[in-house]
Amino acid sequence: MTDAISGAQPRTAGRRPRYFDPGNWILNLLTAAFAAIWFFPVYWALATSFKTDDEAVRKGINMLPESLHLDGYAFVIQNSDLPIWYVNSIITSVAVTAIAVFMAACAGYAISQLRFPGRKLLWYTVLASFMVPVSALIVNHFIIIADVKLLNTHAGMILPMLISPVTVIVYKNFFDSMPREYREAALIDGANEFQLLFQMFIPMNWGVTTALAIITFIGAWNSFLWPFLVAQDEKMMTVTVGITAVQDAFGVAYARTLSGAVLASLPVALAYLIFQRRVTQAITLSAGIKG
Amino acid sequence: MTTKSRRNEAFVAAVLVAPFVLIFGWMFIYPTLQMIYLSFTKSPLIGAGTWVGLDNYIKMFNDKTFWTAIWNTSYFVLLTVVPGTAAAMIIALMVSRLNGWIQSFILAAFFLPYILPVTVVYIIWDWMLNLQFGIAQFIIEPLAGKRVNVWRSLPWFMPMAALLTIWWTNGFSILLFLAGLRNIPKELYEAAALDGATRWQVFSKITWPLIWPVTVLCLTIQLILQLKIFDQVYLFAQGGRTQATMVLVQFIYEQAFQKNSGGYAATIAVALFVIVVGFSLLQFQLLRTRGGNK
Repeated sequence: MTDAISGAQPRTAGRRPRYFDPGNWILNLLTAAFAAIWFFPVYWALATSFKTDDEAVRKGINMLPESLHLDGYAFVIQNSDLPIWYVNSIITSVAVTAIAVFMAACAGYAISQLRFPGRKLLWYTVLASFMVPVSALIVNHFIIIADVKLLNTHAGMILPMLISPVTVIVYKNFFDSMPREYREAALIDGANEFQLLFQMFIPMNWGVTTALAIITFIGAWNSFLWPFLVAQDEKMMTVTVGITAVQDAFGVAYARTLSGAVLASLPVALAYLIFQRRVTQAITLSAGIKG
Repeated sequence: MTTKSRRNEAFVAAVLVAPFVLIFGWMFIYPTLQMIYLSFTKSPLIGAGTWVGLDNYIKMFNDKTFWTAIWNTSYFVLLTVVPGTAAAMIIALMVSRLNGWIQSFILAAFFLPYILPVTVVYIIWDWMLNLQFGIAQFIIEPLAGKRVNVWRSLPWFMPMAALLTIWWTNGFSILLFLAGLRNIPKELYEAAALDGATRWQVFSKITWPLIWPVTVLCLTIQLILQLKIFDQVYLFAQGGRTQATMVLVQFIYEQAFQKNSGGYAATIAVALFVIVVGFSLLQFQLLRTRGGNK
């Protein structure tokens, strides 16, 4: 549809007409109601986190906290290792994101643009590894990390989380679709491959890079099984692992436990709310749908 | 191209792929091979073992817990994959009717659970389902006639774990369906509207056939994802009858880290590996035949 035509017609053209359509409104209401139900557990967690512990277990259903008590938050921050876990989570997630995305960009560029022996083999290995369940490898990851004496360290936590064949696949596909002339022109101008990658291919695919970085960050922040295995000391835990320890320590103090849970999800929730479009793009890309 | 620049190109490539290949080999290829080797040995988690041939495999096939884990994993897959995908499709259809900021807002409400850490999901639902104070008991009580300690009651455990897994992970499928719906040409709907098609006709004759490929994609992704279930089941079963609700990855974890039998744990890991790769190959085949028909 050209601008001229769409400008000349009312926006609803082609769709169902202007008369009142009750079916439409019923569907809209149903959608809103369903969304509210779906979101309710998150709301309830937030509401509980602002209650006092007594208020949380009061009889009946109290949809709203009496006032925005921050006692739960203050308590969790002061009386648990949450601040340390936060630092651990930030260190590991940022390192995993930076290293994994960087490695994938380099490898994706080489596979896409350069000719070298073993290129095909590498590409098919990456494609095939897509199928392998990483959770089957936990035992051997543990053995390998123990061998190099990295259990209970940040490095040991980071290393197995760096494998992300999907990121390489996405980069390779995006670099493949870059026009050949750009590269040739830059090479004639005397640019080397590293300049090409870092000053042309990555900047021109900055959108994909941020999308991949955000989704990698969220994945690293949220990962449970490996950090849970490798952190043997409570001081080495990530927030994601640690908050269950809070729960065990506090018993039935639900306002406190849920404050911890809200704090643990804050970075990823914010990352999603700020970069909604990028997250969406990364997810459709990782499933193999061009977005 | 001259041989010199060829060699130069290969050198640059080697530098570029080196970090990835190093990590990939160390953290992926090597552990995979080591896992297979380990499965033929009787060994503790850390330390040398002895070669026992197929003993671990024979032990596994005669192990009641292994079959419990297979059954529970299958049951969980059954409860999540098709219902979850159906729910995602319905939600995507609902959301796609909306426009502008209302759409983003409603989509965010459906999607947000997906980005929460699993332990947060655990804490939220543990609280909601709390026997004494949980708000969900107001729904469970009239349905079951009494309050139910969901995570300590076997008939409730897996269905509830499946329900909250669908709640948690469905955002992913919803996005795929939305992308699929967006790719359906608007003209088709416009033509159908001009012909006075009913909502059901539009869905069954246009939407459904055209999003079928996305549906297959969602189903297979979910299938492979849910076979690897561990976190939720582990967290909710803590302190309860973990043997009865055992799933495959949990069985690996138990053997390796609680019973200190690395060799046997690796054997179960190989079983999981074979199952997941098997289903992945099936998915690949499915997607390829579909691509070929186009």
